[in-house]
Amino acid sequence: MGYNPDKPMEGRITDLGPPHYEQFLPPVIKENKGKWLWHEITQPGVLMHKSETGDEVYTVRCGSARLMTVNHIREICDIADAHCDGYLRFTTRNNIEFMVDSKDKVQPLLDDLASRGNKFPVGGTGAGITNIVHTQGWIHCHTPATDASGPVKVVMDDLFEYFTSMALPAQVRIALACCLNMCGAVHASDIAILGIHRKPPMIDHKRITGVCELPLAIASCPLGAVKPAKAEVDGKEIKTVKVTVERCMFCGNCYTMCPAMPMADPEGDGIAILVGGKVSNAKSAPKFSKLVIPFLPNNTPKWPETVEAIRKILEAYAKDAKKYERVGEWAERIGWESFFEKCDIPFTEKSIDDYRLAYDTWRTTTQFKFTSHVK
Amino acid sequence: MAKHETPLLDQLEGGPWPSFVSDLKAQAETKPEVWDILGQLELSYKDRITHWKHGGIVGVFGYGGGIVGRYSDVPEQFPGVEHFHTIRVAQPASKYYSTENLRKLCDLWEKHGSGVTNMHGSTGDIILLGTRTENLEPFFWDLTHEMGQDLGGSGSNLRSPACCLGLSRCEWSCYDTQDACYHLTLHYQDEIHRPAFPYKFKFKFSGCANDCVAAIARADVSVIGTWKDKIRIDQAAVKEYIAGNYPSNGGSHAGRDWGPFDIKKEVLDLCPTECMWMEGDELKIDDAECTRCMHCINVMPRALRPGAEQGATILVGAKAPILEGAQMSTLMVPFMKVSKDNEYEELIDFIEKIWDWWMEVGKNRERVGESMQRVGLPTFIKVMDLEPIPQMIKEPRCNPYVFWAEEEVEGGFERDIDEFRARHAA
Repeated sequence: MGYNPDKPMEGRITDLGPPHYEQFLPPVIKENKGKWLWHEITQPGVLMHKSETGDEVYTVRCGSARLMTVNHIREICDIADAHCDGYLRFTTRNNIEFMVDSKDKVQPLLDDLASRGNKFPVGGTGAGITNIVHTQGWIHCHTPATDASGPVKVVMDDLFEYFTSMALPAQVRIALACCLNMCGAVHASDIAILGIHRKPPMIDHKRITGVCELPLAIASCPLGAVKPAKAEVDGKEIKTVKVTVERCMFCGNCYTMCPAMPMADPEGDGIAILVGGKVSNAKSAPKFSKLVIPFLPNNTPKWPETVEAIRKILEAYAKDAKKYERVGEWAERIGWESFFEKCDIPFTEKSIDDYRLAYDTWRTTTQFKFTSHVK
Repeated sequence: MAKHETPLLDQLEGGPWPSFVSDLKAQAETKPEVWDILGQLELSYKDRITHWKHGGIVGVFGYGGGIVGRYSDVPEQFPGVEHFHTIRVAQPASKYYSTENLRKLCDLWEKHGSGVTNMHGSTGDIILLGTRTENLEPFFWDLTHEMGQDLGGSGSNLRSPACCLGLSRCEWSCYDTQDACYHLTLHYQDEIHRPAFPYKFKFKFSGCANDCVAAIARADVSVIGTWKDKIRIDQAAVKEYIAGNYPSNGGSHAGRDWGPFDIKKEVLDLCPTECMWMEGDELKIDDAECTRCMHCINVMPRALRPGAEQGATILVGAKAPILEGAQMSTLMVPFMKVSKDNEYEELIDFIEKIWDWWMEVGKNRERVGESMQRVGLPTFIKVMDLEPIPQMIKEPRCNPYVFWAEEEVEGGFERDIDEFRARHAA
């Protein structure tokens, strides 16, 4: 018996919630939960955790595209069945973790993974780059200003050496959000790749009456740029909205509320780069990422400008930062004027805040450095 | 479904990183509608713009969330993705799976949908990408009846809570993040499935201040593990670090020669409160000065451990920039016991106090952090029946614009201008 459309409520089960986590814990994890003493990364991508019982668990971390088919998930399951007693986990950053309960099981697992082409790269631990947290982009979303899976693929291809090594001053967390809604915490990332729009919404007067609550569309604009208006459609006057273009900051909130105000545009849309955010409380407090490159074009399929910009920032950081220093801590120590100079990024007025609480970011001290910006 | 030429996407098949294009192509061999996903994506790469229509409200009976409607704006070209709705399936805590469970889910998704997924969405759910409206109820029936699993949250409701891996495989976790996450998720099934809030609401559970699920940056209620007593020190292990026998930061920096380990430079001098020093070869910590940032513990995991009196710090109101700007969560309760012994009663009371107020005063699409900004932190502290304490702020205000209440001022606000003028000529 399955779903019966004639009696949709008969036999319906609801509000089960997620399955209990305990049934999915590998035996070595279940037996040692709460008893772990310390850990060590034995090689890039391989962690060893030691329990007070003397048990050890070895974790092999692999990258993934996040966007994956059931075909691919079944292959992941084949690997976990062959090596890990049929258990595995995913990390918050879209990595796959295969766990084994003794050291001698690690190399056969690594060999198996390596035999599967580029599907299961091992790495993403310690002072390196781990997988990019990202959103949907053109594969599924209706508001994106760029793609997600494509830019992530080309950036990770380019930075791959940093995924499989641990030679940076600290971990560098990269995240991508394909529009300002930011499904995911890109606003607190070492390097954030953010899709942005640069053209104000068009108004589809023919459609607006049927699909849009005008007061909601008007209230959706944080800067009051959307105003009530009238227009003529098929000889009849209708109520609609207009946009005061000078006040539009291209956030896209009006389009979220009103499908008759599309924003996306091949030339207008692209990527902004923000840097220096962090989530961890270690040493310094969590920080937001700051906008350093206001716009890079959507040059499909390989986004070369974005790839190059990120590599430049990463290499300047790798060369100059101290051990344990996150990107944002480094930028604050050397000063943002030095950050722009060392990363060879032109400074523009677009990096100067003029939204809410902007004054907090203006410099109100005589302390500065004589970088090339001072003419 | 016809195969489409994809010259742009084909360029994303090489390189060392896993290729979603190769994966989709392989899947298309057995699920022909995946060719239409590739075809439409290729068109987006050519046109440099999305080809999905705005919105579309679909769902299963009795739920107001868990499914996101999606329709193609070029369905004649790509009929296989005319409807391309997303299903959010609630993930198990910390995303551990048995292959048995994952394989069953794959079978279901192959039967009812495109076979394409995200493992996982940013909030934490398993995301099943792409199915038709008529498949939703049959899928939900099989998910609940055959697998005993359920949908996650979407829309203006409680979103699927998420946690770090916690005690399951981490020595630093100060409470059982998995159990807290599971318990609260089950406790609030109604709030997850039936939107009744002004906007979305998220809980995230991190076991320590390293905050591996980014609770402080993106959760409306951030529960972050901490301790009250002293960092536990193994002095013998400290000596091993100094002697260079244990790698710093658990081996995180092994890929570069940073020179021999220097405890002064790498630990003592980087401590934000300067509360550590050496006496001979003994490491000393003035724990009263420590703010439990985790740096020293991160660097010397075999020598230092969080204290034994453990609980969590509760912070409120994080969000991404839309609309009023990004906010980190603000510290509200410095230390709370988070324990299954009382079924997380204290945390549940705290959360419901927020909801009672926010459901009353929150505006449409206003996150609780924005409501807090609008009414001011002193008002929110009163709403929460908390004592104002300096731990809630970075620094005292630097303007003198205090909203004094009449009852706080001797004699009240009522005064007689004639009496005043009798003594003070105008």
